[in-house]
Amino acid sequence: MPEFALNVNGKRRVTQAEPDTPLLWVLREQLKLTGTKFGCGVAACGACTVNIDGAAVRSCSFPVSAAGERAITTIEGLSPDRSHALQRAWIAEQVPQCGYCQSGMLMAANALLRDISLPSDADIDAAITNICRCGTYTRVRKAIHHAARMLDAQK
Amino acid sequence: MMLPVVAARACALGALMLLAACTATERRKSAEATSSGAAEFTRIAQVLKSPRCINCHPAGNSPHQGDEARVHDFRVTRGPADHGAPGMNCSTCHQENNQESSGVPGAHHWQLAPMSMAWEGLSDAELCRTLLDQSKNGGRSVADLVHHMTEDPLVKWGWAPGVQRTPPPIAHEEFLELVRAWAARGAGCPDAPG
Repeated sequence: MPEFALNVNGKRRVTQAEPDTPLLWVLREQLKLTGTKFGCGVAACGACTVNIDGAAVRSCSFPVSAAGERAITTIEGLSPDRSHALQRAWIAEQVPQCGYCQSGMLMAANALLRDISLPSDADIDAAITNICRCGTYTRVRKAIHHAARMLDAQK
Repeated sequence: MMLPVVAARACALGALMLLAACTATERRKSAEATSSGAAEFTRIAQVLKSPRCINCHPAGNSPHQGDEARVHDFRVTRGPADHGAPGMNCSTCHQENNQESSGVPGAHHWQLAPMSMAWEGLSDAELCRTLLDQSKNGGRSVADLVHHMTEDPLVKWGWAPGVQRTPPPIAHEEFLELVRAWAARGAGCPDAPG
């Protein structure tokens, strides 16, 4: 089986997998990074969202062979101690209910704030297409604004 | 009493002459279309108007998807550079190849065509003129258009679209021949309807 040296959360992680194995399987089953969730498996719900070179990617539909040396960031790599502005805002705004989709939400939000530092409601609606069965959308939006303001204040 | 018979014969003769004239006109138009490549374009347009092509050449700010050309799921939008919204690019889901396990289609530089190349709702004649208009087509010459339609990985993807997607109605090899023949005969456009 082919071997892949992945750059995950700033560390080199070597793993074996078939080239077309979705990155999500490798993250969860080989590397034991289970914060990234399996939701639908067809890139529709966004629960598996990670960042690759800063961009949002649905890892259930991304073959491990396509990663190369690009920087993969999962929810475990957002911060070492839950101190990222998004994580603090998520707690402050009490966003999650069941929580299953939230790691994907956070990684999607992180990609958005990389591209637009102070997004409008419309920017958030266009970028965060993740699905939440608990219906936390309005609090997700509120927390993204909150995190954006925190990050902006740090500049 | 003979007058109506004469008149009827004259009318019949006139109708025959008119029919002959119309048929000759049609033949001439057909010959012109063949010599200019317009006839080839009418067939090429069947491909360009198929969901595999036109889903990413929409008239609005949302791509379409599926054989029924429904508006793309998840409120996907064009974005400022035709690659999706900031934070939600086409490449969030679409990679370099079709993904078998998820069924998500993919090809190199997956993206929307620019608004200037919106084809949705155009007649064959309008589509042809839009395609040839260098102010709309990214400055492409006829040779560039032939290259795009015969070599571009995203165009070629149309004939290998993965699960639950029907390829265009003309076989790829035949499409390549039609495009080359269209260009070689002058890249003519069909007449506007009416």
